[in-house]
Amino acid sequence: MDAITKKRLSVIATKIRMAIIEGTYNAKSGHPGGSLSIADDLAYLYFEEMNIDPANPRWEERDRLVLSKGHAAPALYGALAHRGFFPLEWIPTLRKVSSPLQGHPDMKGIPGVDMSSGSLGQGISCAVGMALAGKLDNKDYRVYTILGDGEIGEGQVWEAAMFASAKGLDNLTVIVDNNNLQIDGSLEEVNSSYPIPEKWAAFGFHVIEIDGNDLEQIEAAVQQAKTVKGKPTAIIQKTVKGKGVSFMENLCNWHGVAPNKEQYDAAMAELSARLQEQEG
Amino acid sequence: MAEIKRVATRDAYGATLVELGNEREDIVVMDADLAAATKTGMFKKAHPDRFFNTGIAEGNMISIAAGLAASGKTVFASSFAMFPAGRAFEQIRNSVAYPGLNVKIAASHAGVSVGEDGATHQCCEDIGIMRTLPGMVILNPADGPEAAAAVRAAAEHKGPVYLRLGRLAVPVFNEETVDFVIGKGQELTAGTDVTVIATGLLVNEALIAAESLKAEGISVRVINMATIKPIDKEIILKAAAETGAIVTAENHNVINGLGSAVAEVLVKNQPVPMEMIGVQDQFGEVGNLDYLADRFQLTAPYIVEAAKKAVARKG
Repeated sequence: MDAITKKRLSVIATKIRMAIIEGTYNAKSGHPGGSLSIADDLAYLYFEEMNIDPANPRWEERDRLVLSKGHAAPALYGALAHRGFFPLEWIPTLRKVSSPLQGHPDMKGIPGVDMSSGSLGQGISCAVGMALAGKLDNKDYRVYTILGDGEIGEGQVWEAAMFASAKGLDNLTVIVDNNNLQIDGSLEEVNSSYPIPEKWAAFGFHVIEIDGNDLEQIEAAVQQAKTVKGKPTAIIQKTVKGKGVSFMENLCNWHGVAPNKEQYDAAMAELSARLQEQEG
Repeated sequence: MAEIKRVATRDAYGATLVELGNEREDIVVMDADLAAATKTGMFKKAHPDRFFNTGIAEGNMISIAAGLAASGKTVFASSFAMFPAGRAFEQIRNSVAYPGLNVKIAASHAGVSVGEDGATHQCCEDIGIMRTLPGMVILNPADGPEAAAAVRAAAEHKGPVYLRLGRLAVPVFNEETVDFVIGKGQELTAGTDVTVIATGLLVNEALIAAESLKAEGISVRVINMATIKPIDKEIILKAAAETGAIVTAENHNVINGLGSAVAEVLVKNQPVPMEMIGVQDQFGEVGNLDYLADRFQLTAPYIVEAAKKAVARKG
């Protein structure tokens, strides 16, 4: 990744992080931890890789993304707003009465959201359906879906995986966000889903392991996935839950709790400083 | 005397799907390893590239159907009623109904009449479960021609549909082509003393019961309620006003099915004496249709008894 692109995408990732804090703070609820861990993925996908058109959110040829870990909606909304799908002014209205920005992605009311999600384990199947349609219609579009590492406890995820590999859906890229923390504790404390890459390989996926908070590694993995024929790809990414806000990093508590005023100020100060640094 | 023609609604479904597949490129059919029984196998043969079998994974099937529908397809997803309505309820709710996607759940082998497979496969709760989903259209056609028309109506309708189908060949009482309108009940016989509102398997029994009651001087209006949701309030209230007593009859639990849907309308607008024929909150069991229908009181004699009771309560 050239230096200019890296700089541009780093800035965007920081802006997405700011939108996450802005949204959840104003809503007084939401899921900052798991949103922050995927900000870099969304920056790369929405601002460098995906073939999309904000003026035409339902464009039939577009690449699709299903946020199967739907609670990370604040990150998705940040990406979509900055990409131009809807006004930035919407961001602080997250979860408010009459706001289109529902707590979990709503395809009916939010331009740019390809599938409603929130109930874990279902989004990946929906993404499989979209990839299947793409094959049926001989289209070139790619389908991305992002799952949580706790989410893969849902049996449906494996039903979807089994089907995707049986059908050779090589236009599907699954990203598993392995930030190692769910709600009641770490993966091992709750019900370990480790080892993760081996399971996806056993289910017939081409597996790539990366640091999901490293833009260059994300790029390499996404590009590699595009070259794989006959099987879908699973990118298993190690990330930090709460990445980008120092006092939120690697803590379970920040799964589903919004920052208070003090924490908001601290987070925004940190992110603004980084933004200045990155833009400089 | 002409022999009564018998057609299973699942067969009419299978045949109509093939026709639809010929007419429309956007029709896609899914199954979860029951294609021979649900009759989607017929579509598979005619349009193999548009048929997808998930194997025994109903939740996955429903959400994949949602993804296909979001990509412009009109999807019919088939299984035995127990499995989509029961196991995959949440997928139907959150992947299909909430975003309002164009997925038709074809739920075959519904009710006790499934037969020898027994209780685990005899779904008497599905209408009840589906009724509480906003925007879900619920169709329960009574014979072959009506099922064919209902499949077409479902395909035309923009949004989720739950289409209830039966395993067994049942008497045809409609003409070859039925003008099926979602949300409209069908008055089969005129009557003034009591109305039997029946659905699916019980419609034919209601007609037999009406004949029997007629011989005893009781004039029965029989209504075929093939759309459970949205329910035809008008025809119900007209029947309440003009006949003063209602009996509902369904191959489903008396809790939360057609009976409850009708009762909700009556109680809020025009309460009249009402009796409910259906499975009396019990699990099914192994048996052939004759045994099961009698065991669970789903036959004409029971409807007759209920009708007389309702009439007597008119006071």
